[in-house]
Amino acid sequence: MRMKPLGGPYITRTTIIAALMVAIMGILVLIRLCLGLQSVTNLNNGYPWGLWLAYDMVAGSAIGCGGYAVALVVYALNRGQYHPLVRPAVLASMFGYALGGVSVLIDISRWWNAWHIVWPTYFNFNSVMIEVAVCVCVYTTILMLEFAPAVVEKAVEWTGQRGGNLHALTTSVQKVLNKIIFVLIALGMTLPTMHQSSLGTMLIPFGPLLNPLWQTPVLPALFLLTALCMGYGVVMLEATLVSDRFARPSEARILGLLSRYMIGMLIAFLGIRWGALIYEDKLSSLFTSGGLSLAFLAENALYLIPVIVLWPEHRRMAPRYQFIAAMCILSGGILYRLDAYMIAYGRAGWHYFPSVPELLVTFGMIAVEVLGYVLIVKFFPVLPSVEHAHTVALATNRSVA
Amino acid sequence: MSLTRRNFLTRTAIGGAACAASTAASAEAREEKTLPPKALGLLFDSTLCVGCKACVVACREANGTHPEFNTEDKLWDTPLDLDADTLTVIKAYREGTGVTKDQERDGYAFMKKSCLQCIDPSCVSVCPVKAMTKNPETGIVSYNPDNCIGCRYCVAACPFGVPRFEYDKTFARLRKCELCKPRLAEGKIAACAEVCPTGATLFGPVTVLRAEAERRHKMTPGERAFFPRKTADSTDVHEKPAPHYVAETYGLTEVGGTQMQLLSGVRFEKLGMPVLPKKSFVATSETIQHTLYKGMIAPAVLFGCLLVLVRRATNNEQDKTAEHDKHVDEHKGEE
Repeated sequence: MRMKPLGGPYITRTTIIAALMVAIMGILVLIRLCLGLQSVTNLNNGYPWGLWLAYDMVAGSAIGCGGYAVALVVYALNRGQYHPLVRPAVLASMFGYALGGVSVLIDISRWWNAWHIVWPTYFNFNSVMIEVAVCVCVYTTILMLEFAPAVVEKAVEWTGQRGGNLHALTTSVQKVLNKIIFVLIALGMTLPTMHQSSLGTMLIPFGPLLNPLWQTPVLPALFLLTALCMGYGVVMLEATLVSDRFARPSEARILGLLSRYMIGMLIAFLGIRWGALIYEDKLSSLFTSGGLSLAFLAENALYLIPVIVLWPEHRRMAPRYQFIAAMCILSGGILYRLDAYMIAYGRAGWHYFPSVPELLVTFGMIAVEVLGYVLIVKFFPVLPSVEHAHTVALATNRSVA
Repeated sequence: MSLTRRNFLTRTAIGGAACAASTAASAEAREEKTLPPKALGLLFDSTLCVGCKACVVACREANGTHPEFNTEDKLWDTPLDLDADTLTVIKAYREGTGVTKDQERDGYAFMKKSCLQCIDPSCVSVCPVKAMTKNPETGIVSYNPDNCIGCRYCVAACPFGVPRFEYDKTFARLRKCELCKPRLAEGKIAACAEVCPTGATLFGPVTVLRAEAERRHKMTPGERAFFPRKTADSTDVHEKPAPHYVAETYGLTEVGGTQMQLLSGVRFEKLGMPVLPKKSFVATSETIQHTLYKGMIAPAVLFGCLLVLVRRATNNEQDKTAEHDKHVDEHKGEE
């Protein structure tokens, strides 16, 4: 497999806007760390968890499941033809998780004690949160190591032009990395299975504080499935956007084939969710939850639409429908996670809506991801070379025909 | 795809992992938590409370909290609810004309809010870093700021909305009632029970308080009755006609039971106390957690299977890349 840096200018309109948003976020984060949460957020004792946790961490980490979802297909199901999708997906995952982690650090009230979550003497093993926290920390490190081959490749090439001991060193690092990478990849599939399901378990202590349409003992399964669906969704969205923006050959064929797994996951999610609702005899909550009933139906619609849109073979292979499906899956998944962690949770007499600075911090986090992704694919070998993309497109065409 | 031996082996391995996972899933539920041997608590009898709020003032003194002003003239200590600066509060219920005390219709009643010291506390279960602990002897639920990272999971998970965080401070802390732990060490009782003029709040061992609640349930409404002050076995008693109590004692079964016991003439849900099941919610989350992660077997099996599969796939991949490179080189050579 050959990957190449995209090249091109680093300073563009996109990168300038993103950098500005990052700067604004930086100032707000500084204020929050110095003056307390109330100086920037609308968080309160009725809604102690808000946008930063629900979006940046809980939804953000699922958006960062592209690497996990694709790796599962490539390695566990041994479908090597999806390999060109791995590196860009791992890169996006690395950003999703690292920034989710950073958001948590600025969200927790006593941030100077943050190191307690990696210090075993503090661990409370009854807490689902410690499982999530430790697992996410390890996984973020694994993602960085999984992405390391791209960096090392660049270093080998760079030192190659200069020769000498440095080149020997980078080449040997590359060799070691190639030897152990399968351990990293296997860990990279085990860990998200653990913490993404635990993100669901984390809501079970809330009992009736979480609306019955969301509160169910099958939450871990639902969270794991949304993570996988969103992972496929983000890979699809990213691939369609990259081929469009950077005028690269479309990966539509490969994505079409991938979407079969995605449709399966979506159907499983809907089946388990409605099955649990019927089994627990909670269908009546659909008519008594007011605006939340609508949110619930919207989530389900956003998951059902991609199944319908991508069901016929010809539409499954068309970038336009793939884009629509990916957008639905991502917005459906984000809505599900925001609902579960923020909107469908509540205590009587309390209100919460994120403040403008709170929103600006979240936008800033997204800007970091955009900025980082654009700069890195231009500098490091992340995307498959155009020549290779053609070969794959031809090969998959043939295999489909 | 043809079924090669290798395929067969890996598929068997995956099947085995699935089996392991499903047997783990049928593991036993976590056992119920029981009352600690020397459990201490409060008994609050709404029918005795006159709403003087002496307990709120005494609580401030004992815990070093400050008055909260919620009227325009800022002349009255008027806490509206529990807060990082208010660890106990007296709330009032009023309906219709609001004339008769302890009557649901056209009546009014008071309710004391403070930590109920759950037998199976959500805050202790969910805290990732052991900042919330339940004393194994007295059952008092305490907060240790040195451990706390400020994730506020306890605030989000408490079924009663008791723990409150500070949002307006750089070095923010959590605050909650710890049953006047430092006063107990000096041989005193909880400040709120100490000052209560009518004995609406009593302090003592939970078993004694439960027996006292039982005694009151057996009273005939309207007949002569005696009520102790400060503690259930106190000789400082006053006489009053027995009130009409609602049938249940709140805190006996709610989410596994609490060490604070409540008695009232008005249904508890009207007084802001949530209707809760017998089983605690954290018993469910802990059961799920410890089932999936029992001895880390399920994750280890999953990791092992994935290791085998990835090894096979990466070997294939490296072969193919080598072939591809060779092919490209040859192709270039032809040009």
